[in-house]
Amino acid sequence: MARFEIYVTYKKGIFDPPGATAERALQNLGYAEVGQVKIGKYIQIEVADGTPVEKVREMCDKLLANPVIEDYRIETVGEA
Amino acid sequence: MRFGVVRFPGSNCEQDVVHAVEHLGHDAGYIWHGDTDISGYDAIVLPGGFSYGDYIRCGAVARFSPVMAEVIRFAEAGGPVIGICNGFQILTEAHLLPGALLRNVGLKFICRTVSLRVEESACEWLDLPAGTVVRIPINHNEGNYICDPDTLERLRAGGQIVLRYCEPDGSRTEGGSAPNGALDDIAGICNERGNVFGLMPHPERVVDPVSGGTDGAAFFAAIAKRAVEVAS
Repeated sequence: MARFEIYVTYKKGIFDPPGATAERALQNLGYAEVGQVKIGKYIQIEVADGTPVEKVREMCDKLLANPVIEDYRIETVGEA
Repeated sequence: MRFGVVRFPGSNCEQDVVHAVEHLGHDAGYIWHGDTDISGYDAIVLPGGFSYGDYIRCGAVARFSPVMAEVIRFAEAGGPVIGICNGFQILTEAHLLPGALLRNVGLKFICRTVSLRVEESACEWLDLPAGTVVRIPINHNEGNYICDPDTLERLRAGGQIVLRYCEPDGSRTEGGSAPNGALDDIAGICNERGNVFGLMPHPERVVDPVSGGTDGAAFFAAIAKRAVEVAS
């Protein structure tokens, strides 16, 4: 099996309530150096050997991410 | 007038919808999400709940339920479709309505009755005069409506904003009157044609005085009236 890792994040300009809350909480804890915090999703996916990355991209566009609000980045990890 | 109410695994407001519709003197039937025949219904309701446990994103999996291909076909042919709460989320995931619904600002699940202002819109599901203020409960964690600036402009210009969160007197505060942070205080939108309507509030919960109000009745009454007019 081949393995891909997918990082899903909000598009630029889309307000991220969990990220904004974490940002405020860190600043309240005294971490004055903290700027913007964004919280996204991390997905590991195993697919049959030889599966092209385009196929994984299709899965992201269709189901794993919502292109209206989210961007994603696919990394090829290699064999599972 | 016969309303078809779709049951997804995890729906939990479908009985309220059926009760509301029957209370108003119409027929209703349940449609299992795996069904592919929705003939025999004059309007389709996607009810609230937590379809597929809200996994991946709210509505993201339900959108691919077998019945949805038929619902999309029905909507594209001009058939009236309403999505309430999780149903609204499913309609955006299915691209029958633009935009998306994010986590509420403040991260709290909000369950309370709110004031909503009816806007001038093309929506077939509501024929209350613009400016009317209705009181309807909301009950959600992801009702923070968002869309890109071009889409917002199109929604405004095309009369697709149907309901906005407001203060009890119908005004809107500068910082926004939406308890969930929704863009432009949007609580409900329709498609360009006006037959597909999605909203976060639950009108089905306020049609019977026993449950605390009757403001929700107007939503089901308008589409029923329209169906009779179209038929005659």
